[in-house]
Amino acid sequence: MTVFRTSIPQAPQEEPTLRLLEADGTRHPHEELDAAIADVTAEQMRGFYRDMVMIRAADLEATNLQRQGQLGLWASALGQEGAQIGAGHACRPHDYLVPTYREHGIAWARGIEPWRLLEMFRGVSHLGWDPKALKTHPYMIVLGSQVPQGVGYAMGIKRDGLVDTGDPDKDTAVLTLFGDGASSEGEVSEGFTWAASFQTPTVFFTQNNQWAISVPTSVQTRVPLAQRSRGWGIPSARVDGNDVLGVLAATRIAMDAARSGGGPRFIEAVTYRMAAHTTSDDATRYRPSEEEESWRQKDPIKRLGAHLDSLDEIDDDFVKSCEAEGHDLAMELHHHIHALPDPDPREMFEYVYAEPHPLIEEERAQFEAFQAQFEEDE
Amino acid sequence: MSDIVTVQLNDPGEGLTEAEIIEIRVQVGDRVEINDPIVTVETAKSAVELPSHVAGTVAAIHVAVGQEVPVGDPLLDIDTSGGGADGSAPASSADASAADADAGSAAGAVAGEAPAGAQAAAETGGDDAAAAAEEPKTLVGYGAAAPTARRRRRTAPSGDDQKQVPIDRILAKPPVRKMAKDLGVALHDVLATGPGGTVTREDVLAASQRALDGDFFPDDAPQAPEDLSGSMKAPRSQPFPGVTSDDSTTRVPIRSVRKRTAEAMVSSAFTAPHVTVFNEVDMTETMELIAQLKASREWSDIHISPLAVLARAVLVAIRRNPEVNASWDEDAQEIVYKHFVNLGIAAATPRGLIVPNIKDAHLMTLKELAQSITELAQTARAGKTTLSATRGGTITITNFGVFGIDSGTPILNPGESVIVGFGAIKEKPWVVDGRIEPRRICQLAVSFDHRLIDGALGSELLRDISAVLERPQLGLVWG
Repeated sequence: MTVFRTSIPQAPQEEPTLRLLEADGTRHPHEELDAAIADVTAEQMRGFYRDMVMIRAADLEATNLQRQGQLGLWASALGQEGAQIGAGHACRPHDYLVPTYREHGIAWARGIEPWRLLEMFRGVSHLGWDPKALKTHPYMIVLGSQVPQGVGYAMGIKRDGLVDTGDPDKDTAVLTLFGDGASSEGEVSEGFTWAASFQTPTVFFTQNNQWAISVPTSVQTRVPLAQRSRGWGIPSARVDGNDVLGVLAATRIAMDAARSGGGPRFIEAVTYRMAAHTTSDDATRYRPSEEEESWRQKDPIKRLGAHLDSLDEIDDDFVKSCEAEGHDLAMELHHHIHALPDPDPREMFEYVYAEPHPLIEEERAQFEAFQAQFEEDE
Repeated sequence: MSDIVTVQLNDPGEGLTEAEIIEIRVQVGDRVEINDPIVTVETAKSAVELPSHVAGTVAAIHVAVGQEVPVGDPLLDIDTSGGGADGSAPASSADASAADADAGSAAGAVAGEAPAGAQAAAETGGDDAAAAAEEPKTLVGYGAAAPTARRRRRTAPSGDDQKQVPIDRILAKPPVRKMAKDLGVALHDVLATGPGGTVTREDVLAASQRALDGDFFPDDAPQAPEDLSGSMKAPRSQPFPGVTSDDSTTRVPIRSVRKRTAEAMVSSAFTAPHVTVFNEVDMTETMELIAQLKASREWSDIHISPLAVLARAVLVAIRRNPEVNASWDEDAQEIVYKHFVNLGIAAATPRGLIVPNIKDAHLMTLKELAQSITELAQTARAGKTTLSATRGGTITITNFGVFGIDSGTPILNPGESVIVGFGAIKEKPWVVDGRIEPRRICQLAVSFDHRLIDGALGSELLRDISAVLERPQLGLVWG
């Protein structure tokens, strides 16, 4: 018996939600999920707690930096830390991840420091990290594109013979991330078709944060998103996205299935975007504060903290040290970004093509001539 | 030693050019830390709290609540000489870096199945921390990262600075372009005064104003406190831009819509000699027609009102008396007869009286008119009426009936020669074929410019409008 289902209940709303931690921290037993995280120690759980505190601190700081004119834009992932830290840690270093632009917790779990994320939002580089070394694709702004890209990469993995070898250091899968809004894009359906046909080692991970900018999920789908992939024969599950342990377990099961030749899986992690869509958006224009308040009660950090407390595995000193570290990280980000020099604008011509290209050369020459018209004032 | 850092307004959205100050969260002398909220602004997109990027003491405040501030203008000065909790002294900055290097490795430690990637992270983290620690001097500079060097053209553009820019080289931000489009201003007609020869919002407004000869419409500032009646009980404490209150009065600066209304009315009342004629009209058959239309399927999703039928009646009457659809051109010493009707509908909005018009109303069916009136009213109430919608009117209807008023002497919309006032429809005793019957009665008032419309013509217009309302089938014969 697997938590990943292939059929739709008679009444779609009866779709179960996997959950190990209740909002108040109560831990439920679950045979299959528990087995998937049997190795997770209290020390590691404290690590997840700290990860979530750190990435939240960095996220809030990034919003401040945007308000201070240091970033062009910031897409906050506040409230989604549980889904992202859980899913991020379910991957092995050699797995490949294909993110949207709101995966700061995923990036953190992959070892990408927050200031690397901010380079793109400041507009000083296309990408702040080496996607090959960290096996994490650049943030992709165009939503929905993550799915065909992730499926294509997974097809390559399969052809490279990196699936179902029986060697855990070799077997590889792709974690493809997208949101509830992106799930309505045509590319997602096309990607599902290819993934199902070629049985690619792809895990589709949707964070349903309830809002596609100002459009609620209820407008986009009549059934739980988790059921969508079943029409393609892609087994799927819905999990409480604010339960870091449940997400970790479900994603591990899915990644294991994909790595071992079981084909694609789809996960809907139900969570909530606590902030506005981006710093250019005002969420109060379209959603009630009561809704935000009700989700604040389901906070992933508080939840894990309560669970650790019930195990007597967390104390005030640890909580305070996490907060202090979060603050230090925020201040470090602050000073780092404020001090970041503007790059040479000619750099933008460097990475358009791998090899010299006559059109780019022509444009570069035009740009340099344009620049030469000006002189520095001081 | 004081070390003053000026906090300026940055673009808090994408491509915004200004913001209005809603709240100033600090006072001179207040201590602020990094990220403490200092000012709340409202932009075209949202209300935004602006956090300080430095720690220190507020030395000066350059803006006031209610002020529209262009992006880049100073908000306040902060004296950073005192240092702060996170005042980036080199030591504390280095500490933070070290802490963060730890952070990277700790993240790796808990990464469970991701030791290799995390280790790489820890290493890069360390590098970065070291790099950051090497730059404490810049860090202490409170974010004065590579100062945005002001640049000017090496060679001054030939001739006048305000020379017209070739059309394919016009530089303007998208919101400014949109604004120009909304205002009907061609960008190449605009004198660019912004940095690097860019067209600014002000430039567009100036061009628009020149084009309209002072006919300035859009203004987002509130006209008056919405709960003015509340002021009768207590003096206001909440500041509105320029609004002052004491126990007995509230004084609101004359701006925007109110100002424009006043100027238009004064100019109209003192240039065009007004004559107003009145008539009582039996609306019973019009009301029956409306009831029938409402019941029919074709009209099920359309709001049909007496105003729409009046609009149609006015158009029919204009067709019979086209000389009224004209204006007086004082400069040219000509009377301009219009071959089209842009029918203005005066609308009371929270921001004051505006008169958007329905373009080419003479080409419209009753149904199209009803739809246009509904849209126009919704747009006006939402405060989204564009300047172009208020320009080029030829004849106006003002519906004071909605206020329950029988009649009035409406003042002409400038540039027009006729305005029709529509009174409230009330059930009254009426003599029909020698018997008294309850009928639906209203008063119509028509004011006209006596310079070009004689009493006979004005009366004929009113009589024809009345006739169509009393017997809507006449619309079939005359329309």
